[in-house]
Amino acid sequence: MPITEKEVREIAQLARISIADKDMSSYEDQLNKILAFVDEMKAIETEGIIPLAHPLEETQKLRNDKVSEKNQRESYQSVAPTTENGLYLVPQVIE
Amino acid sequence: MNLPNSVTKIIQGLEDGTFSSQELTEAYLNRIDNLDPEINSFITVCHERALLDAKNADKSRSNGSASKLTGVPYANKDIFCTKGVRTTSGSKMLDTFISPYDATIVERLGSQGMVMLGKTNMDEFAMGSSNETSFYGQVNNPWNTNCVPGGSSGGSAAAVSAGFTPLATGSDTGGSIRQPAAFCGISGLKPTYGRVSRYGMIAFASSLDQAGPMGRSVEDLAHLLSPMAGYDPKDSTSSMVKTDDYSGNLEDALKGKTIGLPKEYFSTSLDRQVEGVIEEAIKEFEKLGANIVEISLPTTSLSIPAYYVISSAECSSNLSRYDGVRYGHRCELPIDIEDLYKRTRSEGFGEEVKRRLLTGTYVLSSGYYDAYYRKAQQIRRLIKDDFANAFTQVDAVISPTAPTTAFEAGKHLDNPIEMYLGDCFTVASNLAGLPALSIPAGFVSGMPVGLQLIGSYFQESKLLTLGHMFQKSTNWHQHFSRDDSKGAQ
Repeated sequence: MPITEKEVREIAQLARISIADKDMSSYEDQLNKILAFVDEMKAIETEGIIPLAHPLEETQKLRNDKVSEKNQRESYQSVAPTTENGLYLVPQVIE
Repeated sequence: MNLPNSVTKIIQGLEDGTFSSQELTEAYLNRIDNLDPEINSFITVCHERALLDAKNADKSRSNGSASKLTGVPYANKDIFCTKGVRTTSGSKMLDTFISPYDATIVERLGSQGMVMLGKTNMDEFAMGSSNETSFYGQVNNPWNTNCVPGGSSGGSAAAVSAGFTPLATGSDTGGSIRQPAAFCGISGLKPTYGRVSRYGMIAFASSLDQAGPMGRSVEDLAHLLSPMAGYDPKDSTSSMVKTDDYSGNLEDALKGKTIGLPKEYFSTSLDRQVEGVIEEAIKEFEKLGANIVEISLPTTSLSIPAYYVISSAECSSNLSRYDGVRYGHRCELPIDIEDLYKRTRSEGFGEEVKRRLLTGTYVLSSGYYDAYYRKAQQIRRLIKDDFANAFTQVDAVISPTAPTTAFEAGKHLDNPIEMYLGDCFTVASNLAGLPALSIPAGFVSGMPVGLQLIGSYFQESKLLTLGHMFQKSTNWHQHFSRDDSKGAQ
């Protein structure tokens, strides 16, 4: 079933992307083409097959809980758009 | 100076004192300055830093503290973080981003004394197969500047092909090292998932991304792979399997080696002339003593749909970090937090990236997860099982790297599916995590054709041997798209 313009708007909201009205039909059309294409996966029965998330199926390695890095806040914040007193600034979130 | 045409000759020349790293680096920088305006393979060229590194390399050579690669110039795809040098990932989002740290491979190659000439152009966030989605403009194929160089490591491939650098790094999520290598007539290796550290490599799809070497010959690739490969505690998916002596094991008779020919790969979508070139290459392997057998990889036709679901899902999660708060682009005067996120992302990302973010968000959204993401991961297991079954009979799988030679710029821009289908031979090895090599195998109408060899897990050495023995008996890798003697002064 093709997705509607309303659904495209909902997905865009989830992805925090705004789509201009003039571009909406092109996104809707292309997303539908992509989804119709990936629907080819339905051609094969996969009942009971365990999904593969990681090619080597290795477990995550654990390390000792020891501090290995020095604090680099200043260096990391030097590339931030706006900071103040070591904090990242964003528009007010809580009234 | 005349530029040496192989890394082995560069190492020899530096060891003998025929030329210094400073002379060599200056020659490559001149060539980039003179000839790259036509190709656009570099986003950033590091003139001063490269000459300083070269000077230090010459010092280490004279005081005896040099390693084999000390003073050898190379370029990094702009997906690898480089401390103090702008790292854009081909996106407006990171246009002014200067990384506070080096990617592990950048650090490792730097500690060998290698000289970074600059950062190469790429599709935005490595999403693309034509290098047309870069914020920094398309890259032109040095064999025919009306054609694309392939992608996403199109800048690295074009730069090596045109002789702007002897070596370059690349990254490969669905074919992004191998397909541009094929389109530009060079050699490129995607190692086993986990063989090379991903630390500091800007993430696209984390369960598929793998860094690898690009160069003119397999012998050159082996030189670069050795310092790149190996366990890195900073990458939790990096493998502890021990590395091989990649340069030391290149020479080996192919007698007794079995190469599998997957019947599904020689289907209708394959250009007949490309197929002809591959058939000739297969005969060459037979002449060298290899045994060719037909095999079947039945889930092949579903590898592209499964790949686009998994890679889009992972990218929608990975790219949520670009929110205008900690680094990268931030919109002007946001009115609230929602506005900050949405305008920052809408302004910073290009169209193809947005398309994939929407696709990925959709397939992960409530109610669709099982039908798309889970289903794709189940198919992923079937693809891995197909290869596991094949590798009980064969040492490597052979195929074309891409179904056509480089296409004209703009050809697939309005039709993303057509572009995606071009990855039909490369995505399966990313889904399965297998190593795969692309080497030049001939030409169709003046454009290079790439041959792909896929190996079993951590069998990089075996693949390199197969490629090297092929290159010893053919000269396709010695056809260069630009005269090495020009533009270096």
